[in-house]
Amino acid sequence: MGLYLRPTTLEGALALLAERPRTVLAGGTDHFPARVASTPDEDILDISALPGLRAIVRHGSYWVVPCLATWSDLIAAPLPAAFDGLKAAARQVGGPQVQNLGTVVGNICNASPAADGIPCLLTLDAEVVLASRAGRRTIPLADFVLGPRRTARRPEELVLALQIPAPPETARASFLKLGARRYLVISIVMVAAYAEIAADGRIARARIAVGACSPVARRLFALEADLIGRRPDPALVEVRHLAPLAPIDDVRGTAAYRRAAALELVRRAVAALGAEEALAAA
Amino acid sequence: MRSPLATIAFTLNGRAVEVRADPARRLADVLREDLGLTGTKIGCNAGDCGACTVLLDGAQVCACLVPFGRVAGCRITTVEGLAEEGGALSALQTAFLRHGAAQCGICTPGMLMAAADLLARTPHPTEAEVMDALGGVLCRCTGYRKIIEAVLDASGPIPSPQLNPLRRDEAKREPSVGTRLAKVDGVAKLTGAEKFGADALPDEPFLTLRAVRSPHAHARFTIGDLAPLYAAHPGLVRVLTAADIPGRNLYGIYPTGKDQPVLAEGYVRHRGEPVCALVGDADTLAAIRDEDVPITWHVLPPVPFETAADGPDLHAHAPGNVLCRGRVARGDVEAAEAAAHARAAIAVRTSFVEHAYIEPEAGYAQRIGDRIEVVACTQTPYMDRDEIAGILGIAPEQVRVVPTAVGGGFGGKLDLSIQPLVCVAAWLLRRPVRMVYTRPESMGATTKRHPAAIHAEAWADAEGRLLAFRFHGDFDTGAYASWGPTVANRVPVHAMGPYAVPNVLCTTAAIHTTAPPSGAFRGFGVPQAAIAGEALMDMLAERLGLDPWEIRRRNALGVGSVTATGQVLGPGAALPECLDAIRPRWQALRAEATAFNRNARGPLRRGAGLACMWYGIGNTSLSNPSEMVMGLRRDGRAVLFSGAVDIGQGSNTIMVQIAADALGVPPSAVELVAGDTDRTRDAGKTSASRQTFVSGNAAKRAGEALRAEILRRCNAGPEAVITLAEGRVIVNDGGVATTLDLAALAPDAEGIVLRGEGRFDPPTTELDADGQGIPYATYAFAAQAALVEVDTALGTVRVVRIVAAHDVGRAINPTLVEGQIHGGIAQGLGLALMEEFMPGRTENLHDYLIPTIGDVPPIEVILIEQPDSLGPYGAKGVGEPALIATAPAILNAIAHATGVRMTHVPATPDRVLAALTQ
Ligand SMILES: Cc1cc2nc3c(=O)[nH]c(=O)nc-3n(C[C@@H](O)[C@@H](O)[C@H](O)COP(=O)(O)OP(=O)(O)OC[C@H]3O[C@@H](n4cnc5c(N)ncnc54)[C@H](O)[C@@H]3O)c2cc1C
Ligand code: FES
Ligand code: FES
Repeated sequence: MGLYLRPTTLEGALALLAERPRTVLAGGTDHFPARVASTPDEDILDISALPGLRAIVRHGSYWVVPCLATWSDLIAAPLPAAFDGLKAAARQVGGPQVQNLGTVVGNICNASPAADGIPCLLTLDAEVVLASRAGRRTIPLADFVLGPRRTARRPEELVLALQIPAPPETARASFLKLGARRYLVISIVMVAAYAEIAADGRIARARIAVGACSPVARRLFALEADLIGRRPDPALVEVRHLAPLAPIDDVRGTAAYRRAAALELVRRAVAALGAEEALAAA
Repeated sequence: MRSPLATIAFTLNGRAVEVRADPARRLADVLREDLGLTGTKIGCNAGDCGACTVLLDGAQVCACLVPFGRVAGCRITTVEGLAEEGGALSALQTAFLRHGAAQCGICTPGMLMAAADLLARTPHPTEAEVMDALGGVLCRCTGYRKIIEAVLDASGPIPSPQLNPLRRDEAKREPSVGTRLAKVDGVAKLTGAEKFGADALPDEPFLTLRAVRSPHAHARFTIGDLAPLYAAHPGLVRVLTAADIPGRNLYGIYPTGKDQPVLAEGYVRHRGEPVCALVGDADTLAAIRDEDVPITWHVLPPVPFETAADGPDLHAHAPGNVLCRGRVARGDVEAAEAAAHARAAIAVRTSFVEHAYIEPEAGYAQRIGDRIEVVACTQTPYMDRDEIAGILGIAPEQVRVVPTAVGGGFGGKLDLSIQPLVCVAAWLLRRPVRMVYTRPESMGATTKRHPAAIHAEAWADAEGRLLAFRFHGDFDTGAYASWGPTVANRVPVHAMGPYAVPNVLCTTAAIHTTAPPSGAFRGFGVPQAAIAGEALMDMLAERLGLDPWEIRRRNALGVGSVTATGQVLGPGAALPECLDAIRPRWQALRAEATAFNRNARGPLRRGAGLACMWYGIGNTSLSNPSEMVMGLRRDGRAVLFSGAVDIGQGSNTIMVQIAADALGVPPSAVELVAGDTDRTRDAGKTSASRQTFVSGNAAKRAGEALRAEILRRCNAGPEAVITLAEGRVIVNDGGVATTLDLAALAPDAEGIVLRGEGRFDPPTTELDADGQGIPYATYAFAAQAALVEVDTALGTVRVVRIVAAHDVGRAINPTLVEGQIHGGIAQGLGLALMEEFMPGRTENLHDYLIPTIGDVPPIEVILIEQPDSLGPYGAKGVGEPALIATAPAILNAIAHATGVRMTHVPATPDRVLAALTQ
């Protein structure tokens, strides 16, 4: 018989996970929809009562998004402009009901190819902090998400938080999501862009990621390299830059469409970096 | 499997409570099942619909996504906690009532909770803030606009001058017809008190039923030895198979077309077809997986729409998989072609569309002696009664159908769903049996809008007068007949659109495939046909250098016009008036689009499109009578016994308004008994936009008959004023008052002492082999214009505005009429842009997309009231007409914006971009 437990200490939670594998439950917004027709016999570890794991804070040279921080918490948090893309993504995750429950960490743990948080967090160079009774380890997000619904988390581990290296003042970010309706929509394609803009308006560092066009969201390293030293200009984005993507046909769109839309969205995301830069300069 | 129970303390609607329950269960289930708070609705259990929205510590959340254990120490507010102390409606609830923001009411609790959260944080929100806050709740009925109005109204001093529905000034005998009376059943929908299919429970302990369904589209199967299953699950009371059906294991809409088994007999024709049914307690059923049932499958190749003619035949009576054909022929198309100045041709493909009402099918049955009673959501109690009788092998009088409130129907609840299985189980087991469809089950197993493959051609002379029209449409009717014949017969009558065309050849075929059955869906095939016909009108206009409005106006059917079936239209055919009314708006939208594009530098382009429609009210050339009874009780209350089921569109209110005026009393004096087959007469189906026109006439006649009876007893003249009082009626005839003592009269079983009966059957004639005759007593007409914005680099389409001019004869209740038009437009928008059901792939509300609150643009409704000579107080129907012109108007607007004509709907971003880059 499945057991539901809701520990009130981290140590307690980790001890339970050390005992045997349990289904971790945070906001439940991925958990319950996967159990509409039938309820599997499973032990559930509800982590929602763990203390001190909700507030998004600056910790030394990192911004920390703990495992109970919801999308709504993120929207409300005072964060630098480099988080504007992630905030834009948060505002478009489901509706307010889902944003009030769903956690940012849950989004990456669920590892959907269409997870809106992942491209943004990739461009922020986020790292995943995992905890178990044996201790903690930190791995880059890119190494954490292995494939659709597959992560590097070990059964006895809890994802404690995401940590994001504090971006410089000059950093800008944008996020564009393409769906077939206004609200409550799973992305056909989404693009996150991040850039550090030098005083002369040129890009000093760029990170661009595309989601829903491959099993795991992908960074476009060649494009990032080509943007350095240039002003944000959509014309810099070429078809070859999208080579890492491997889109498929599904109910939301064809592979060919995803390729075309991704190219357009990457161009717009790059342009948006420039627009913001122009705005900031004005 | 359940976790040990835990006692959880929390605050519920302001009161501290302790509840003992399984902490792993969904909060929504505990609220509904353990605490009886059924105001929180379940539409999907997956976070997709928002019907379950409650406040958790003041923030809106989906109660289907919260484990009960999590509410420990929290504050939970449900819709039951919204009213003021003492039970008075809150300002928000009152605004919903005034604006008609609740139609069926199944989404209403979720909408109210989301709005309550918003207003607590932002007392005076903007429209955009309202949309953001309510974006997580889906509504399939209202088109959202009246919900937005209501929230804005509740939040501030926004005057709403034309609204006076709560007026109780009944001393003056003003007619109720034509006023914006608040829905007579509206309050219950706002407090959570309304009982829908899943909210109604038998008094006695009941069993739960779950169907085991085919995972294959086409297969043979055998069911093995069930003994091990029974042994493993002591709570499993019965596994029903085809052999258990006491009567005929076949049902279907048409008397000659009973082709659908209650439980498949070794052979399934579509994915989702039920093969057996498990009956037991809910926990036992939850523990049994479908794979645990010993079924051996022999999978057969599917029969797709494109190649259905090649077979194999799915039904012996439908060779070549052609269920039936329809045809309307007039004049000589070929001769007319030769004389034509311009020709246009088009091929159109449409997709399966799912009704996606927010309420999945639900209900229960119980056996009482040698009778069976079924309490469930339905659009057609009397047809259900007769079908259930056949399935159980008993007389129709042994069946009682009691409809619950219906959380949206749109045609989908015209077919049986849970009824046959719960009736068979309750009949055999002599215990109440309940069934609630899951969302995937509701989407996977019930009927759809027919996909269509259409070829159409039209010819016009140099002035743009239509000379000839040729049309053939194949309609994918799926595995079973359902309403396929209705579609095949209705489409040829309407396919050429609301225009006078002397030479016509329209043919259709309903084709069987191994898809879920296609059935009735708002418009019965006419919306699909209109996509082709209205495209042709624009194409001809372009070829002739005419404005799209001009060509339509030149050909519009009006009073005295002759239709393609040879019918001469009577007073009330008001398409010319609709077109004239919309003309300035049309010109403005067209100019706005042109100006926008002139200045456009980026990828955005705007376009304005126009479309017209007509729709025959009631069944095609078939008798479809309604009967109503109105009576006076001894206590002096008037009661209307109406068998017309209100599925949210408001027929309860319409019937009361009409009957009240006919009797000559205020609507508040009329009580309604609705839709119980033991207590009301047959008022036919809630379909074909017939309730206002057909049942409304019956209600009017019942009211008039009761009035005549009262006046006769008092020797009063026709102008006398009737006043109902406690135990008596006072009739004032030109200053002479007569009192009728009701206590002295003998009551019938319903407590009625005086009664009037009314019946109406719309006059139609049979159609001959060429489809000539009078298929409908009357038609509704409309013209709609859409302004859209296309992102030509992404293929996305945003509808910016819609103007809808509708010929309604008489708006019995303008708020309700506008509500129907808004809701129809939202569904038409979905049909045009996003809705595509794929069996096995889009059986939920996140892969199957319906419009959200952010997708439906501002809508301007223009009501044309040119009384229909047959309609009650001149009224005709609007339910289906609302939807038909929208998709073609949007597609025409896309063509105007981009020069590209979308012929495959929905026009999803990938299809639009592919068309643009071709
Ligand atoms: C209607 C609806 C719309 C949605 N729309 C979007 C959308 O537009 N874009 C989008 O990206 N997502 C969308 N989602 C999904 C989104 O809500 C989730 O991905 C959410 O962020 C997951 O967080 P959660 O806390 O609810 O996770 P849960 O459902 O609690 O858990 C998700 C998974 O992560 C695991 N997990 C969670 N936390 C931890 C942890 N700390 N350590 C280890 N494992 C953990 C769980 O075991 C589970 O496997 C939508 C969901 C719904 C219901
Ligand atoms: S029932 Fe909870 S969102 Fe649909
Ligand atoms: S009123 Fe919203 S779904 Fe019916």
